[in-house]
Amino acid sequence: MSDTRWEAVIGIEIHAQLLTATKMFCGCRLSFGDDPNTHTCPICLAHPGALPVTNAEAVRLAIIAGHALGCEIPERSVFHRKNYFYPDLPKAYQISQFDEPICGPGRFRYLSDDGEHWVGITRAHLEEDAAKLTHTGGDGRRAGAERSSVDFNRGGTPLLEIVTEPDLRSGAEASAFLKQLRQTLVQLGITDGNMEQGSMRADANISVRPVGQAEFGTKTELKNMNSFTFLERGIGAEIARQIEILEDGGSVVQETLHFDPVTGDIHSLRSKEEAHDYRYFPEPDLVPVVPDRAWVDEIKAGLPELPVDRRDRWRSDLGLTFEDAEVLSESPELAAYFEAVASEASPKSAANWVRGELRAQLREVDQEPWESNVTPSALAAIIGMVEGREVSMPNAKAVLAEVVEHGGDPAEIVETKGLGAISDDSELVALVDRLLAEHADQAQQLRDGKDKLIGFFVGQAMKATQGRADPGRVGELVRERVHSA
Amino acid sequence: MAELTDLTAEEAIAAIGAGEVSSVELTEAHLARAESDTWHSFLEVDRERALAAARRIDAAPERPPLAGVPVGIKDALSTKDLTTTSGSKILEGFRPVYTATCVARLEAAGAVVLGKTNMDEFAMGSSCENSAYGPTRNPWDLDRVPGGSSGGSASSVSARQVPWSLGSDTGGSIRQPAALCGIVGMKPTYGAVSRYGLIAFASSLDQVGPFARTVRDSALLLQHMVGHDPMDSTSIDLPEPIALPSRERLDGLRVGVIEELMGEGVDAGVRATVETALAAMESLGATLHPVHIPHAKYALATYYLIAPAECSANLARFDGIRYGHRTADAHDLLETYERTRSEGFGPEVKRRIMLGTFALASGYYDAYYGQAQRVRTLMVRDFDDIFSEVDVVASPTSPSVAFPLGERTADPYTMYLSDICTIPMSLAGLPAMSIPCGLSDGLPVGLQLAGPALSENRLFEAAHATELALGFDTRPGGTA
Ligand SMILES: [Zn+2]
Repeated sequence: MSDTRWEAVIGIEIHAQLLTATKMFCGCRLSFGDDPNTHTCPICLAHPGALPVTNAEAVRLAIIAGHALGCEIPERSVFHRKNYFYPDLPKAYQISQFDEPICGPGRFRYLSDDGEHWVGITRAHLEEDAAKLTHTGGDGRRAGAERSSVDFNRGGTPLLEIVTEPDLRSGAEASAFLKQLRQTLVQLGITDGNMEQGSMRADANISVRPVGQAEFGTKTELKNMNSFTFLERGIGAEIARQIEILEDGGSVVQETLHFDPVTGDIHSLRSKEEAHDYRYFPEPDLVPVVPDRAWVDEIKAGLPELPVDRRDRWRSDLGLTFEDAEVLSESPELAAYFEAVASEASPKSAANWVRGELRAQLREVDQEPWESNVTPSALAAIIGMVEGREVSMPNAKAVLAEVVEHGGDPAEIVETKGLGAISDDSELVALVDRLLAEHADQAQQLRDGKDKLIGFFVGQAMKATQGRADPGRVGELVRERVHSA
Repeated sequence: MAELTDLTAEEAIAAIGAGEVSSVELTEAHLARAESDTWHSFLEVDRERALAAARRIDAAPERPPLAGVPVGIKDALSTKDLTTTSGSKILEGFRPVYTATCVARLEAAGAVVLGKTNMDEFAMGSSCENSAYGPTRNPWDLDRVPGGSSGGSASSVSARQVPWSLGSDTGGSIRQPAALCGIVGMKPTYGAVSRYGLIAFASSLDQVGPFARTVRDSALLLQHMVGHDPMDSTSIDLPEPIALPSRERLDGLRVGVIEELMGEGVDAGVRATVETALAAMESLGATLHPVHIPHAKYALATYYLIAPAECSANLARFDGIRYGHRTADAHDLLETYERTRSEGFGPEVKRRIMLGTFALASGYYDAYYGQAQRVRTLMVRDFDDIFSEVDVVASPTSPSVAFPLGERTADPYTMYLSDICTIPMSLAGLPAMSIPCGLSDGLPVGLQLAGPALSENRLFEAAHATELALGFDTRPGGTA
C-alpha cells in the first residue's frame, strides 16, 4: 500500500418534481397513485400533430428556486430536444434544456456544525419527467421481464434539475448539503421533496485524486440514491472502491453505477449498447422563455426568509446552537411556532421545550405543535412559570399534559389544581426538618458523606407536596438543615 | 346556374345565401366527384360525416360564414375519428382522438369536411408519388404528377371535387402542386395558422394554407384559420384580419423579380410564361425591379439539413408502442423499434431520417445543423434587404411544369430541385403564394409572389389584380 492521501471530488445532480397543478407541457393534472394512464392527453402521449406548451407556473417555481440557489436568471432560456428511444418517452425525445437553462450559475450557502459552507451551482434547468415503467416477471428489470407496462400519468411531470459544481469532498458533506437544499426547496413550495417516492432524486458524480493534485480523476456517476443515508453510504462506498482500484495500480472506468443499500455493493448500471448520442437541438415547437425582468425582481423581493438565513439569525440573535436551529427549522410551520414561543419566553428555554417535552408529549397523541391544543402563548406561559419558580418542573410537565389534552390557560390550571410551587420558604424548611427526623438513618448516612441521599429527600419532599416543592430549593435546604439538625 | 362543382366557394356561399342551393345539395355534388376519384385525390371520403355536417348547417337558424361549403383536408392534419395517415403505412387506419385547430376553426365557421387528401408520406416529396397509398394524378394530364407533397389537395380543387382544400407547406408543398395543377396555393407567414394537429415534418418550416381556384377564395378560407392558438406556442395574431382583395390595379406596387430564380435551372417555357405575367403586372401599374437573394445558392442544402434534422426527431414517436403499425414478429424492444419502423416507413422518409440523424450527431452538429441555421439567418437578412426596396417579390413557382409520373423517382436530387424556387421563402418564414399564370406545352405554369412577414393582405391584393388581368381558365382540358 502506498502512502498517498486521497481526496474525493463530488458533484450532485438533483431532480426535483415541481409542485405545479399540471404537467410541464400539457394540461393534464399531476397525480400520484391514481389508476394508470388516467391523466393523459394527445400531448403527453405524443399523438401525431400534438404540440407542447410551456407551463408558466413551472417557470415561476424554477425562478424562485434559482433565486434561493443564488443563481443568475438569464434574459432568456431555450428548450432543447434530447433524443433517445425508450418506451417511457413517448415522443422519443425529452424536452429539456441544454446550453441556455432557466437558471445560470449560482452559489448555495448551508450551515453545518463546523460553520458555513458554499456549494457552487452550475445551473438549474426545466425538463419533463419520463413515464413509469413496470416490469413483471424476471428480476423486475427490463431484461428478462415477461411483461412491461407503461403508466403515462407521470410522463410530462415538471422537473427542475439542479447541477452543482464538484465542490463537495465527502458523503457526509454531500448529505448535509442535500438536506439543506431539500429543506429550502420544500419550504419555498417548489417540491414536496419526497425522496422515497422519487419526487426528489439525487445522482452523484464522484472522483478521487491525490491530495494536492489540481486535475480531477476519472469520475463515475452514482444514480438515484433515494435517502440521505443511502447517499452518504453510497458515496462513501464508491470513494473507497475508487481508492482501492487506484492503490492497486488500476484505473477508474467512467461509467454509471448503482448502489445497492442492502448489500452495500456497487454495480454498473448501463451497458455499452445503451451509450447515447442525444443529438440535442433547439425545440422548434416552443419559443424561448424570456421572463419579464420586473417580474423576476418581484419574485426575488417576495422570497420568504430562507432556512439558512433563519438559522443564522437564530444563532446570532437568539443564541441557539447549530443543532437547535437545524431541528427547529425543519419545517416552516415548526419554525413559525418556535418563533412565536420565543417571542414570549426565553429563546433557549423555548428551544428546549419545543424540541424536548412538547414534542415528546405530542408524539404520544401523534400531533404537530402547530396543530395541537398548545398555543405558543400557552407554552410560553408554562416556561415563564417555571423560570419564575411558580411551578416545579414536574408540575409544569403535568400542566403541559393537561393543555395537550384539553387546552386552556396554564395559569388557571395551576390555580384550580393547586399545582403552584410552595413559595413560602419556611413551609419548605419545616417539611425538610420533618423528613430528616422521620428518616433519621438516611439523615445520618447523609451526614457521613453519602451525598446521593439528597435525591432521596428531594423525592420524599416532592411526594409530600405533590410536586409543588421546588426540587432545587429542597436540595439546598436538605444540605443546610441536615448539619444544623 | 352552372354545374355546382364549378362554383367557386364564394359563389357557392352566395347561392346558398340566396336559397338557390342547400349545403346538402352542394355537398352531394362534390361527394359524387370525390367518390369517382379518377385522380386518386382522396385517401378517404366520409360521406356520412360530410352530409351530417351539411344537414346541421342547413337546419341551423343562422347560416355560418362558410355556409356548408365542402373542403378537402390534407391527410397530414389530425381529424377526430376520421382516418389520418399522413400518407404513411405506419399510421394505416389510425383514427385520431382530436381535431387540428385549423380544421376545427373551419368547421366552426361552417366548412364541411369531405375527406382526407393524398400526399407524399409525411409531406416528404414533390410529386405525391411517395404516398404509401399510391400516387395522385394531375387533372391536366393523368400521366403526370400533381406535384407535392399536398398533391391530393391540389388535384381535388383542380378536378372540382372540392372548391377549396387545405394543404401544408414546408419547402413548397402547397405552392408547387398549386402551380402544377393550375390553381391558387398560399403559404401564410410562419405562425399565422396554428400547427396544432398538423403531423409534423419540419416544425420550424411547416405551415398550413389554402388551395382554391381564385385568390379571393383562398383569402376567405385563410380568414377563418388564422390567429394565435393557445395550443401552439409558435402561433401568432396577424396585425389585421385577412380581407378579401378587391383592387384591380397595382399602381405604385414595387415588384422585385428574383434574378436567381429566373435563369438557369428554370425551363424556358416556364420563364417565358412568367415574364408575360410580369408584363401584365406592369401594365396594371406595378414597377419591376431586379432583386437578388445572395444566399439563394445555399437554400437547397440548408433546407435539406434543417428539415431532415427536425423530421428525424418528429418521426421518432412512431415506434409501434402506443398507436399505429407495430411489427408482428419482434422478440425484444430493439427489434420492435427496428422492424416497426423498417416496415412502416417508405424509402424517402427513411432517407431523410438518416440524413437528419447524421446532421445532428455529436461532432457533426456544428458543421451541418448549426451551419444551416446560420445560413438561414443570412437568408432572412437577404429578404429584409430586398423588402426595404420592393413590396413583393416574384418568380416562377416551379422550375418546370408537371412532369411525367416516375420520371424523377429514381433520382432524389432531381426531385429535390423541384422546390428550388419555393424553399427560400420557407426558410425565411415569409407568406408566399402561387397563382396560375398561363400554359407551357399545354400545362399550367405558376407565378410565385411573396412578401415580408405578415403582409398577407397586400400579397392577396397583388395576386388578385394579376389573376384578373391574366384571366387564366382553371378548368383542366377534359374535366371541364
Ligand atoms: Zn397530457
